[in-house]
Amino acid sequence: QLSLFRLTVKRPVRTSHSSVDSKEMKKFQLLAHKWWDEEGEYSALHSMNDIRVPFIRDTLLSMSSNYHLGNPLSGMKILDVGCGGGLLSEPLGRLGASVTGIDPLEDNIRTAERHKSFDPVLAERIQYKSSSLEEIVEESMETFNVIVASEVVEHVADLETFIRCCSQVLKPEGSLFITTINKTQLSYVLGIVVAEKIMGIVPEGTHEWEKFVPPEELEHLLESNGFSVKTVNGMLYNPLSGSWSWMESTSLNYAVHAVKSGAQGQSDSTDVLSEMDSQQRSATAGTA
Amino acid sequence: SSAAMAAVRGRALLALPRPGPRAPLRSAASSASAPPLYDVVVSGGGMVGSTMAAALGHDIHFHDKKIALLEAGPRKEYDHMPDSYSNRVSSISPGSATLLSSFGAWDHVCSLRLKPFRRMQVWDACSEALIIFEKDDLDDMGYIVENDVIMSALTKQLDAVAGRVEVFYRSRAVGYTWPLPSHSCDTSPWVQIELADGRRLQTKLLIGADGHNSVVRKEAEIKNIEHQYDQSAVVATLHLFEATDNNVAWQRFLPTGPIALLPLSDTASSLVWSTSHEHASELLAMDEESFVDSINSAFWSNINHSDFIDTAGAMFRSAVSLLKPSGTAVRQLPPSVAKVDPGSRAMFPLGMGHATEYVQHRVALIGDAAHRVHPLAGQGVNLGFGDIACLAHHLSAAAFNGSDLGSLKHLLKFETERQRHNVSLIAATDVLKRLYSTRLAPLVLLRTWGLQVTNALPPVKVRISLY
Repeated sequence: QLSLFRLTVKRPVRTSHSSVDSKEMKKFQLLAHKWWDEEGEYSALHSMNDIRVPFIRDTLLSMSSNYHLGNPLSGMKILDVGCGGGLLSEPLGRLGASVTGIDPLEDNIRTAERHKSFDPVLAERIQYKSSSLEEIVEESMETFNVIVASEVVEHVADLETFIRCCSQVLKPEGSLFITTINKTQLSYVLGIVVAEKIMGIVPEGTHEWEKFVPPEELEHLLESNGFSVKTVNGMLYNPLSGSWSWMESTSLNYAVHAVKSGAQGQSDSTDVLSEMDSQQRSATAGTA
Repeated sequence: SSAAMAAVRGRALLALPRPGPRAPLRSAASSASAPPLYDVVVSGGGMVGSTMAAALGHDIHFHDKKIALLEAGPRKEYDHMPDSYSNRVSSISPGSATLLSSFGAWDHVCSLRLKPFRRMQVWDACSEALIIFEKDDLDDMGYIVENDVIMSALTKQLDAVAGRVEVFYRSRAVGYTWPLPSHSCDTSPWVQIELADGRRLQTKLLIGADGHNSVVRKEAEIKNIEHQYDQSAVVATLHLFEATDNNVAWQRFLPTGPIALLPLSDTASSLVWSTSHEHASELLAMDEESFVDSINSAFWSNINHSDFIDTAGAMFRSAVSLLKPSGTAVRQLPPSVAKVDPGSRAMFPLGMGHATEYVQHRVALIGDAAHRVHPLAGQGVNLGFGDIACLAHHLSAAAFNGSDLGSLKHLLKFETERQRHNVSLIAATDVLKRLYSTRLAPLVLLRTWGLQVTNALPPVKVRISLY
């Protein structure tokens, strides 16, 4: 059982081996109470639910054979990393999943707890914890079917550590969903200059272009840490309509679905065969 | 972007808190004493409210949701229909029939009784002009169904999902408390409802289906543009002189208002006669023979014709027939009425109304609560069914996306779609009503030619009869 209350003594922030960046935390502290205003600072995240929830839901439905009427994600244990005020945890909970939302910022967790408390169904299905990903690894080894890290990896200090921890807490063949921003000239112009400084779609200073992650780099990190990347889709925000849509190009925002390889680190049966094949060959080479 | 959104919608960004009873500040821990929480509460158990509740109750994405329907009247049991017809009937469009069959209610209607009709003849008392509505294929144009039959079918289908939909009979809501804007989260975010007997409910979405004097609309302080016509509608059940196929709906525009004959069976038809309040009272007071004579005279008499208009109309008709050979219509003769069902005469006042907003945070209006229209177009309940099909579609998608059902995001989509559809129809109906309330020659000519033109142009002819 995850404990919901943290001791007041804060552990010192670890250096480069932690994925939490204290400067990032300060930025979000100021906006901890604004999460649930659908037309406020976080309106773009609210409307992102219109594409990221169906993406997660339909991907998981296509991979499973059970379907519970009215609760398509029933039976799933989902970890929402960097859950903020719970914007994504709540729809996933409504669809039947058991959700654990973690966020290093206590004020975010407080906001999320309070918001879910009025709905008895959500209060039961969602658990929040103020924590970084590393801090729960030990007690949550191979616990979750699904991890969602939406609009998070562009804020972490050490991406490789982050991905390794995801792998540790995911069950074999579990799914990892990531949405983030590409590091391109276009994403600088539109994602920082226009979105933050000109149109105010995102509060100023939220993003640092240096920390944006190109999909190639993300895919490489995933594949070399035991994941198999299944889908990469570009996303586009229309500021006039306030809505998101899918697009071919990943030069701005994009979403990734990756699957953790099965037991014994073999990602699929072809790898098993090739390993046996090479073992045989080296055996025969030995005798020849 | 939030400022832009506010400008586009032309409304206040936040749902303003109301003066009056408010939910006491409560912390999350006291949920044990809180009133029962529903996902959707529909206020008003008439044809529209009951259909809304039944449609949601049968939706697969609402499988685990809790719905409540509040109805002020008692439960009506209909084991079988009485032999005589009820005097309150509705013209049901094919689109409405499709909605009702989507959750199994139309089968019940068909097994009770209904009358399909194939064409509508609409003509003027002041000229020879007429327009015939007919579908190109051999499908039915619509169905005349008694309101009691529809309610019986709806009650059956509500019973079928009683586990999901709780119907509160003899329950009138006396007070609503609206939540504060969503991001100040110390008070309950749900709509609080207080019933007359003191019971309380909470809901994530309140749907107002409580008629043209909607309490939900008034309590939500939604402005309503309304206008009382100087007219009442007289309804009655009539028996025809002789049995006939009776698959035509008849409507004649008299200067005092339109008179319509809607088929119920081969020998019976329902009357809807919109006329001045005084004339309506006279019609109710007169003996049955005089009443029947008035009806026949209204359909057959040419007393309002003038030579000028007849000539002008005839000239226009030949002009039209030169351009478009199939554009003139074959005039059929309406049936004669022999007698009226005793005790079936009734009258009710007419008006029009349109709510400036159909939705607010956690509130939606459907049916007459949102819009009230003159019966001359035979559209009233079909507009409500159209609202339901649209709202149910958006709520179903929202449920499948795990969204908060009371969120304005999808409620606004419903409002935009339906206002776009309803406003033009309501305005057109109002204009028609006013245009036909006169004997003035220029206006009669205008509508005479207009009627002939619309008869000659297929797209216009069909559009009015779509749902």
